[in-house]
Amino acid sequence: MRQNLTQKFWSGGLIVLFFVLWELFCLATGMSDLVLPRPSQVFATMFNRFPVLWPHILQTLSTTMIGFVLGVALGVLLGAIIGVSKVAYDTAYPLLIGFSSIPKVAVVPIFVLWFGSGSVPAVLTALSICFFPIVVNIATGLATTEPELEDVLKALGASKFDILWNVGLPRTMPFFFASLKVAVSYAFVGAVLSETVASNRGIGNVMMTASSNFNVPLVFAGLFILAILGVALYLIFSLIEQRITGWATRKNDLVVT
Amino acid sequence: MNRMQLKWPEQTASGNPSLEGPTAVELSGVSVTFGRGEQAVPALAQTTLRIADGDFLALVGPSGCGKSTILRLVGGLVRPSTGVVVVGGREVAAKALRIGMAFQNPTLLPWLTIEQNVLLPLKIVEPYRSEFRKKRRTEFRDKAHALLDQVGLSGFASRFPWQLSGGMLQRANLCRALIHEPRLLLLDEPFGALDQFTREELWSTLQTLWLAHRPTVLLVTHDLREAGFLANRICVMSARPGRIIDDSSVPFQRPRTIQMTFEPDFVALNQRLREFIVSARSENT
Repeated sequence: MRQNLTQKFWSGGLIVLFFVLWELFCLATGMSDLVLPRPSQVFATMFNRFPVLWPHILQTLSTTMIGFVLGVALGVLLGAIIGVSKVAYDTAYPLLIGFSSIPKVAVVPIFVLWFGSGSVPAVLTALSICFFPIVVNIATGLATTEPELEDVLKALGASKFDILWNVGLPRTMPFFFASLKVAVSYAFVGAVLSETVASNRGIGNVMMTASSNFNVPLVFAGLFILAILGVALYLIFSLIEQRITGWATRKNDLVVT
Repeated sequence: MNRMQLKWPEQTASGNPSLEGPTAVELSGVSVTFGRGEQAVPALAQTTLRIADGDFLALVGPSGCGKSTILRLVGGLVRPSTGVVVVGGREVAAKALRIGMAFQNPTLLPWLTIEQNVLLPLKIVEPYRSEFRKKRRTEFRDKAHALLDQVGLSGFASRFPWQLSGGMLQRANLCRALIHEPRLLLLDEPFGALDQFTREELWSTLQTLWLAHRPTVLLVTHDLREAGFLANRICVMSARPGRIIDDSSVPFQRPRTIQMTFEPDFVALNQRLREFIVSARSENT
């Protein structure tokens, strides 16, 4: 517990140190804020422009979450299918890997072509970028069910679905929640990416507009907001993970003999 | 303790008391070959075996001889390449008998408490399955607690598997194999990973459970003392591809004690079985 607190203290300290050094660097070199604004300027801009920024934050968050939820649904479905069936696993894997290795920035124009600019391409980009880690993790979790346990249940007359429901899916939960943390960050990146390329709303768009107006502090304010939101989303899903799948990370120090 | 008397029961007409009564399991002309063509591996030579209802049969033999294959055949997990496996009067796939199974690896689910783990089969096997959500839930819980009491895990129902030692996990595993009142219990080296003393303790536990519930038991083991202590009947198998080369009944009175396993009669039985296995092993090389 104590060690944990110390570690948190140092993590926080490192962030503060980073900003202090940045600030000092800008002051010492007399850096123009058109190139690299000081963190204090960035925070001030963030604070002053907050009423204007807020709808954009909501826009980015909502496209991220919609894309994420759809991505999770698709990922769980695909993961369950290829995790349960060896044939589906071997057949579908090359296609999935091919799809996941396409840089998503390359598909945004296609989404825009199909659906016009705005929220839809953002949601789709978020979806397409975040479902892959979920597929992989669900499939792995399902494929690692102990064969003995499967035998015990089959001898009882359990159907494939019984085994999936009672053993496969719960066993997958730690993998699933670990992948959620990653997937939500990916979804966020996807949504912002799409907003940057083709949208008139969202933090990505704010940053594009600001940079074409040489409002560099605002660009950085956008970056900071993205970082804060990204960390917040990651933290939320880490907490959920700990709550639900604590059994998987428990230490053995409480063994009763 | 008073000295255990080793009484031989009176010989019945067939000469083998455990062959009396209705049949629980019957393998007729069963063989198993894994793979096809060039790579075919014969795992079990033509085997015929009948297990009487309520009997306790131990299968011993050199490793890789197909003991586990017989167990898996009876559990309906492997299909015979030739022959028929009949369990409870019907072909094995029909699941005419309720089956409980336990392996060396306890495979309890880490996210469930011991009680929930023990209750798992009731969520799967009818008629319990459809009753699980209804009011019988408390009844089922009482049942699980009664079983856990019997194996000495009274205070551990709400613990998680990672809080228990290996021996305790194996006790819980036995409870899980018995909760749905199976008529046939299949045990594959259930105590193989435990230390000598825990193992002996669990032999007694298993004997008590068997005497109380009287399922038909098929036990696969490497341990001849274990086979002699627990079983009514011991079948010795040859090296791969396995076939049954000896079938003897174990006449010692029940309940048996660990002390008995050091008596001359018991040791003699042990040595006889051992010689079969040693010769079966050397046959192969």
